[in-house]
Amino acid sequence: MIESAFLNFSLTVSMVLLLAGLIFSFIRLVVGPTLPDRVVALDLMTVLIIVFCGIFAILEDKPAFLDVALVLALVGFLATVALARYVERYTQREQSTRAQKGQQ
Amino acid sequence: MDYLIGIVLMVGAFFAMAAGLGILRLPDVLIRMHASTKAGTLGAGLVLLAAVVYFLDWAVTVRIMAIMVFLMATAPIGAHMMGRASLRAKVPLYKIKAPTPKKAPSQKAAPARE
Repeated sequence: MIESAFLNFSLTVSMVLLLAGLIFSFIRLVVGPTLPDRVVALDLMTVLIIVFCGIFAILEDKPAFLDVALVLALVGFLATVALARYVERYTQREQSTRAQKGQQ
Repeated sequence: MDYLIGIVLMVGAFFAMAAGLGILRLPDVLIRMHASTKAGTLGAGLVLLAAVVYFLDWAVTVRIMAIMVFLMATAPIGAHMMGRASLRAKVPLYKIKAPTPKKAPSQKAAPARE
């Protein structure tokens, strides 16, 4: 366990700040008016969970949690790219169907 | 050494909180993306730096270097793809009012969140 009082205090403070950031981005994920808003909020939540893994590795004195952060960084990037492509193709399809309806 | 770790940790967590606050309060998608990518990456880098100083071990250091390289390489790419997608999706953007000659647009003229 961690013996230094200051380190304990700063770990608690940083956990509270990080959880506040996670809650803020979750609110944006829920209320976000458009689809890209939600994707950006989800991307930020992935980064914040990586930060959480870093703090938790220090808190528990187990570097194994950093492996979780490494995998999450890779998967989070793939998720963002996939969702961005989804948004792009969704709008393209919508526009083409609208154009077809206009022709008819 | 404990003080160094604690201070870097708190500054990093503060930037993570600032990223969350920015994504909650800023007016449109592109400005929100500005908050989330830059402040989020800085916060993650600082917290991982604190973990490097705490563990002081080569295996951990190399692992954290890999995480930081992935984050810093992928955050701009993801943000670029997301920005292009939201631009093509024609997301309504925040319009800055032209400054009138008698009074500059005040900070209070916050946009209505749609």
